[in-house]
Amino acid sequence: MTKTIHRVWKYGDNINTDVIFPGKYTYTINHDPAQLARHALEDLDPAFAAQAQTGDVIVAGRNFGNGSSREQAVTCLVQAGLRAVIAHSFARIYFRNAINNGLLAIECPPVVDCVETGETLAIDTTAHEIHADGRVFAFAPLPVAVQAILDAGGIVPWLSAQV
Amino acid sequence: MVSEFGSGEYAKLARLCQPMAMRFMPTLTEQILARAAGKSQVAPGEIVVIEPDVILSHDNSAAIADIFAQLPHKRVKYPERLAITLDHAAPPPRPKHARNHAKIREFARVQGIKQFYEVGRGICHQVLCEEGIVGPGMTLLGADSHSPHYGWLGAFGAGIGRSEVAALWATGQLWLRVPETLRINLAGSLRRGVTSKDLALALIGELGADGAAYMAVEFAGESLANMTADSRAALTNMMAEMGAKSACMPPDDTTWRWLGDALARARPQDGQQRLELFAANALYPAADAQVAREHTIDLSEVEPLVACPHATDNVLPLSEVAGRRVDVGFIGTCTNGRLEDLAAAAAIVSGRKLRRRLLVIPASSLALRDAAEAGYLTTLLEAGAVIGTPGCGPCMGISMGVLAPGEVCISSANRNFRGRMGEPSAEIYLANPAVVAASCVAGELTHPADL
Repeated sequence: MTKTIHRVWKYGDNINTDVIFPGKYTYTINHDPAQLARHALEDLDPAFAAQAQTGDVIVAGRNFGNGSSREQAVTCLVQAGLRAVIAHSFARIYFRNAINNGLLAIECPPVVDCVETGETLAIDTTAHEIHADGRVFAFAPLPVAVQAILDAGGIVPWLSAQV
Repeated sequence: MVSEFGSGEYAKLARLCQPMAMRFMPTLTEQILARAAGKSQVAPGEIVVIEPDVILSHDNSAAIADIFAQLPHKRVKYPERLAITLDHAAPPPRPKHARNHAKIREFARVQGIKQFYEVGRGICHQVLCEEGIVGPGMTLLGADSHSPHYGWLGAFGAGIGRSEVAALWATGQLWLRVPETLRINLAGSLRRGVTSKDLALALIGELGADGAAYMAVEFAGESLANMTADSRAALTNMMAEMGAKSACMPPDDTTWRWLGDALARARPQDGQQRLELFAANALYPAADAQVAREHTIDLSEVEPLVACPHATDNVLPLSEVAGRRVDVGFIGTCTNGRLEDLAAAAAIVSGRKLRRRLLVIPASSLALRDAAEAGYLTTLLEAGAVIGTPGCGPCMGISMGVLAPGEVCISSANRNFRGRMGEPSAEIYLANPAVVAASCVAGELTHPADL
């Protein structure tokens, strides 16, 4: 059974890496889980770091994660317990960083307008479907090779397993 | 087992991906990626594995070294391909940043990284060009989002994250999706006082912050011949703010002259040899290369523009926002901190006094030296500007010139996101260096012609 239920945090277009994880911490907070989680979405929504629960998802508009290549913009969300980001579209470096850290990054434009903060949706990673607002939305699977990295939990465990 | 992708850890991964339909009119980007992948041709959407010629990192190298330490690989696969600069928190503002630098120096020593550049040498993208590390037809993957920069030399540059750089250190290889291409045709000439920064802002304003998402931008058109080397670098650099994976233009006389000068200065022993290697490596787009999208812009219609808070595509004509309050100006960064930019600022402030603080941070030690020789620094200092150590400065809110709550900054940098310069209640406007200088003279957003 790969269908799971998640609580939604809803945001808009162009949620950039500076508001997800401010640049001023980029070289001083690198791997510490508690510190990463504490600053997640600091300049966008202070309620997020305070109230996010394991298994929550972000639903956002176009170009999620644009800007810097800083990987903490992904890992801070992972450490805050986030399971997935579902967006109209992603900035390309953010998309790669998400895969490389085992965070589901799902492009599914029609679902974006169907849910609001506090509501729930379900993700079926086997059928590649999102269930929300009483409807079912399909999303495209990743290329097989890229899915393998995500399934391994990220590029470090994937690469370690290849050797 | 050796496949067409080589024998590395990614070989299995690449074999899983099916090549797409054949294409015969390749873009510059497709030619570079095909050669790097060891294939006769590649098509958009195809996944390829390449071994990039250059693997870039900077202050983030300390964190990358932590990730690298989690991998079973103990040695860097190709130490001669790594290039590391200390530029993002330089000089280090806090002990933690200094510890990062110390750790990176030790890593470079232990792993035998010779392309290592100390605090004060300058910003990675400028330094790697000046040092002749990247040339036409080459590939660079870097832990920096402004890596499309290198396309001004006819190279392929793309940004990646820290974990992928650690993987590259370990294996020398990484997968890439071959991007669709957006060709931007440049027609006509920029008017006096209008720069390639304004052109970049015009494109970003029109096409949006995701206007080239997942795509390669290729610039074309006879107008390119009139654009200086420094202006070209600002243009490809800024395409990161349009979501581009990479951005490039074919090398021409200006490129070769610049590379010849740079190599003669950086590598007196073998510069000529390296220039010949670059020439042999250079690739050019097929005439009528097939592209996914095309956009034409008449340069003569571009006017001085400003990206207003808090988005790079929130672009307005300077004439519409002139008179707005300014507290401080910043001229610098990989986008607009080169000699040409310092010259433009000096020309504006010459014989005048600044009403607002102006922080000038040259992109590299060579830009600083050349600006000193040309007298630009004296002019800027006499007007009341402050000169900082070559590097990224306050661009991402870490060091030297971060903003106070509510302050308004006019900047020649590349990002104006909320909190970018360290304080979420501050506001950042992006413009060309002459507009920044003029606004600091006048004390409000000002067109240089109105001084």
